[in-house]
Amino acid sequence: MNLILFTFIVLLGFTSYYFGRKKAYTIQSSNKRLTALPQFYGYYLAIWCAIPAFIIFSLWAIFEPTIVKLLVLSDYSNQGYLDDELNLIYEKTKSLSRGQFTGEITPFIEASAEKYLSLRSIAQSSKAVIVLSIIIASVAYAYKRISSNSRTREPVEKFLNAVLFTASLAAILTTVGIVFSLIFQTIDFFKVIPLFDFVFGTHWYPAKAFVRDSSEALDPSMYSDTFGAVPIFAGTFFIAFIAMCVAIPIGLMSGIYLAEYASSKVRQYAKPLIEILAGIPTVVYGFFAALTVGPFLKELGTSMGLEVSAESALAAGGVMGIMIIPFISSLSDDVITSVPQSLRDGSYAMGATKSETIKRVIFPAALPGIVGSILLGVSRAIGETMIVVMASGLAANLTLNPLESTSTITAQIVVILIGDQAFGDPKTQAAFALGMSLFLVTLCLNIVALRVVKKYREKYE
Amino acid sequence: MIKIKAKNVDVFYGKKQALYNIGLDIEENQVTALIGPSGCGKSTFLRCLNRMNDVIDICRVKGEILINDFNINDKSCDVVRLREKIGMVFQKPNPFPKTVYENISYGPTIHGMAQSKQEMDEIVETSLKKAALWEEVKDRLHEPGTGLSGGQQQRLCIARAISVRPEVILMDEPCSALDPIATAQIEELIDELKKEHTIIIVTHSMAQAARVSQNTGFFHLGQLIEHGSTDKIFKNPDNTKTQDYITGRFG
Repeated sequence: MNLILFTFIVLLGFTSYYFGRKKAYTIQSSNKRLTALPQFYGYYLAIWCAIPAFIIFSLWAIFEPTIVKLLVLSDYSNQGYLDDELNLIYEKTKSLSRGQFTGEITPFIEASAEKYLSLRSIAQSSKAVIVLSIIIASVAYAYKRISSNSRTREPVEKFLNAVLFTASLAAILTTVGIVFSLIFQTIDFFKVIPLFDFVFGTHWYPAKAFVRDSSEALDPSMYSDTFGAVPIFAGTFFIAFIAMCVAIPIGLMSGIYLAEYASSKVRQYAKPLIEILAGIPTVVYGFFAALTVGPFLKELGTSMGLEVSAESALAAGGVMGIMIIPFISSLSDDVITSVPQSLRDGSYAMGATKSETIKRVIFPAALPGIVGSILLGVSRAIGETMIVVMASGLAANLTLNPLESTSTITAQIVVILIGDQAFGDPKTQAAFALGMSLFLVTLCLNIVALRVVKKYREKYE
Repeated sequence: MIKIKAKNVDVFYGKKQALYNIGLDIEENQVTALIGPSGCGKSTFLRCLNRMNDVIDICRVKGEILINDFNINDKSCDVVRLREKIGMVFQKPNPFPKTVYENISYGPTIHGMAQSKQEMDEIVETSLKKAALWEEVKDRLHEPGTGLSGGQQQRLCIARAISVRPEVILMDEPCSALDPIATAQIEELIDELKKEHTIIIVTHSMAQAARVSQNTGFFHLGQLIEHGSTDKIFKNPDNTKTQDYITGRFG
């Protein structure tokens, strides 16, 4: 029903475009100058068709369910039902009307279901009638109004502007939406667990929260020593640190090689090859870390008399570092290449060698951009999930030994949210609190990184 | 006295030949101007003199260039030492994105010319004074060199070039990005600098060549058409092409 209506409106839009243009041609043929190209007259009419349709559809979507519900439940008013019970009745009515109700069918509910269906069909047909008549009326009004000197170009341009603005707003609103979806659960979590315990506690053991019987009242004291985030924050930064120890030197050196030393032919092949690394799914890196690097490190360690856990921070961090190499090498390559040739010439003409020029002129000039690329790499390392889940274990040990297993914020969120969970339970809410803190950390890093990069750009443009 | 002697110099960019059999003598402690229409090879020749063409992958230089009777195209030539002796100033001011002080101390640092902070301070001061910039920047030595005006930046680059006390200074259209006042300052400076340095300047401005130089070489399509004293080239050239170019009939 809705689909047919929608198709009909689209057709109407095309028709009004056609009529608008046709009218413009007619005006033109009577030797009058138009204020805009004929298409604009067509678009103008099509907009007069689209906007009312959009408004009515949205209003309907907002108000129809509420009104139908009110009408259906009006039969039950004054019978002393509670709000919750009324909601339950309404849900039963709806599922019965869809033929999905499996419980005992009472005549009351059957009657409501019939009423519900008839109301819905009335609503649908009245929607169709109202939409179509309003569209036709508005298009007819606009059609009558357009003449040789009416302004059509400006409204069309304004409409396009508004559409594009809405599109960019969608991305921003999504970010805001994500923050809000996290924030309420996070607040609930901190109502039970004191912020202090979360930030400074050194024991992370969310499985303990499962011990509670859900019928018992919530007793905050039983969660002491359960949600101390220090071990997982430490693990996150520790693994990110290991990753950056791998990624920064290798990435930077390969970036410098590509930008300054490689001949154009080598560069032409090497750069895409390095960037392939960036295209490998992180799950594959996870495999590599868990099944190849981890056991290899364990064997290597054992042969040297060290005790290495099969799931070690070193394996996860090292592989994560390899994953980040292309980000740093590619970005720093771009940054170094964009240092003006005149600075290189100036340095060479002073008798500086290539390495002196790189060290004293090019690197300092490119430093802000390089710092930016490193910060972006760090925020990737902190947000990375799959490699850690697969290769670094899930036990939140507070350790600085890279050969032991540790866990990260992202891995713990995964642990908490897979399988059964109860909403409103501190254990589930802990995932939201972790997500929120992760979001804040990476947000700060990205802001700093973008600022640094921007500052750099202003310098040479 | 002859400082630089170029013999049979050919330069190729890939397969394209840019200079044909150039032979030119350059007098010590004089200003030699290289003039000619765009693309005639005068800048290419200038860059041969401190082997800056090495930086360009596809560029090949043949022939002999003797500086103090030593062939700089010889394999035994140390480019770092060569460029210490032969300074260069570019068309567009290109100070490093460092402070004024660091811009000047760059050369002396990489050549190990100062043993102490005091010595370095002295080098910086004398270089800036010689470049007639000291009075303008003495209070902002530790501010970025890129914050100076265009003319000041170019004088900073000249100060940078003379900080390592080169014997020769190559100038590649040093005034083309500057206004007339800054140009006049640089020209005055060139006159002053020739007492201690041999200067070779590439310029598009005939008036500038006439004002600052004692000798002039005229390049056209990769060939050195004529060279001699500036007076003679401008007043009584042997070649009609030179005559045409100088009187503005082409180029």
